[in-house]
Amino acid sequence: MADERQIADEELQPAPVIAPGYTFGTVTDQIASVVLTRRTPIFWVACFAGGFALLLLFLWAVALLFAKGVGIWGIMIPVGWGFAITNFVWWIGIGHAGTLISAILLLLNQAWRNSINRFAEAMTLFAVACAGMFPLLHMGRPWLFYWMFPYPNAMGVQPQFRSPLVWDVFAVSTYATVSFMFWFVGLLPDLATLRDRARNRIARFMYGILAMGWRGSARHWSNHEMASLLLAGLATPLVLSVHTVVSFDFTVAIVPGWHSTFFPPYFVAGAIYSGFAMVLVLAIPLRHIYGLQGLITDKHLENSAKVMLATGLIVGYAYMLESFTAWYSGNVYETAAIWHRMTGPYAGAYWFLITCNIVAPQMLWFKRIRSTPAFLFMASLVVLVGMWLERFVIIVSSLAQDFLISSWRIFTPTRWDWATYVGTIGLFTFLFFIFIRLLPMISIFEVRTLLPQAKVEEEPER
Amino acid sequence: MKAPIYGVMAEFDNPTSLVNAAREARARGYRKLDAYSPFPIEELTEALHLPKSKLPLIVLIGGILGGLTGYLMQYYVTVIYFPINVAGRPLHSWPMYIVITFELTILFAAISAVFGLLAVCGLPMPYHPAFNVPRFALASRNRFFLCIEARDPLFDRKATEEFLESLDAREVSEVAH
Repeated sequence: MADERQIADEELQPAPVIAPGYTFGTVTDQIASVVLTRRTPIFWVACFAGGFALLLLFLWAVALLFAKGVGIWGIMIPVGWGFAITNFVWWIGIGHAGTLISAILLLLNQAWRNSINRFAEAMTLFAVACAGMFPLLHMGRPWLFYWMFPYPNAMGVQPQFRSPLVWDVFAVSTYATVSFMFWFVGLLPDLATLRDRARNRIARFMYGILAMGWRGSARHWSNHEMASLLLAGLATPLVLSVHTVVSFDFTVAIVPGWHSTFFPPYFVAGAIYSGFAMVLVLAIPLRHIYGLQGLITDKHLENSAKVMLATGLIVGYAYMLESFTAWYSGNVYETAAIWHRMTGPYAGAYWFLITCNIVAPQMLWFKRIRSTPAFLFMASLVVLVGMWLERFVIIVSSLAQDFLISSWRIFTPTRWDWATYVGTIGLFTFLFFIFIRLLPMISIFEVRTLLPQAKVEEEPER
Repeated sequence: MKAPIYGVMAEFDNPTSLVNAAREARARGYRKLDAYSPFPIEELTEALHLPKSKLPLIVLIGGILGGLTGYLMQYYVTVIYFPINVAGRPLHSWPMYIVITFELTILFAAISAVFGLLAVCGLPMPYHPAFNVPRFALASRNRFFLCIEARDPLFDRKATEEFLESLDAREVSEVAH
């Protein structure tokens, strides 16, 4: 009887998050060696070069935009938002998974997040940087961007605080600032590790400056833990608010197809959906190239896939609800908007997005697919494409055919629309691979706490 | 007479020995102690009798200040500085202020959390005597250190060193200033 209970207990023990056999030393060395080495894998060089080439394309497109104005894009009234806002919403959504992993999963005490939070947070930062490009470039006179902030000025005017577009300025800039600070606080102890391990004098100096004299004192740690917890508590409502505010840009307008109350949760779910897809797209090749399968295990991939499946189902539900509300409202314009989406000029994009976002992820129900990295990688790419199309269809198809038939106009992207969009993918890749090379992509100190040796063994009471 | 030192430092292999050593040193009456480890160890807070963190209070104050800033800024702009009359709707339209008030609350609270953390840790600190111990570089890798500082009233160079050596330490070394 006693034996049976023991066996049952062992079965109920959760599987270890990272592979067995690691010590504090080997964890440190393995993660730090990616940074502190002279050798750079060919994979890194190739990705960096590809990202850099696309970044140059982006700079070209932006230079032309500055010279000629937004007329080089396909935007034309009534479709004034076109690609720019589609890409903005898509990128900022991708960023959300990083904050979810670093903040919400920390509060929920999900230890497995410890080995993927660092690069997911970096992904957030760079995705927000890419997102931020679009509203700026879309302004027409981007050099006057500071007019969006309330500051004492000689023009005697101020921003309209009742407009969701101004809310967006505050939400996105707060999100970028808080994400950066949270990321940096987590980085401090690891910068100290790099400072202590770097052989190169310049590297040691630079890491030393950034580590600010962190020495791992118990006083530091107790405050550091408290700060992480507080920042996680602050970032959790923040991340939910950001995409909510982004969705207000649409819901507050009266355009049919935009004006509905379920947009906030629908947008947040979609954001996390696409964000986890991006996490998988980055994690699967990285762990393979750098041999980090022991730290980013199949369990991490599987858990991320499960989050993707769950949020994907929420998104699928939102699509159904969207059509239902349009029909149930009895509003002729709402019904027409959905009908145009399904059968009109953008029907191809609509049905393709439904396939990508609802049909394809159903494969993730199968454990075999969830535990095959190659399949997961493909599924994630499909989801990223699907989510981009979703943003595109919501924005463009609603604007192109609104109330008055005489004002309808179909949007066609120009090559500069594509160049700017693909260019930000280059910017993202460029920044991300610089990060991989210069900073530890896995949080070293948090992985140390996952090791069984990290537990203090209390002596039995005497 | 040898030059004055910062303290004496013992090196340990694992977190359990460090926590036990810290408890023992407290029991001996040492008060000016610090422990160094490559990752946070919950038990040390209690073993060293560390004071409660001041951060929550700092963050609360930051958050309240941020919320007030956000709300009052919008009130000032929309009601006093730049009122826009839209069909006679009230100028003080507080429901529309909520989003920015919320965002600034979070922003100010997060900024005070980060700068508060640096302040209570005394960072940035370009120099600290602990770094004079060559093996201290391992404190950010896989070793655990306990330092009894010279300003402790019970501190005696020889006796303290002997005490630390009795605690199954790997190595005991003096920390130069």
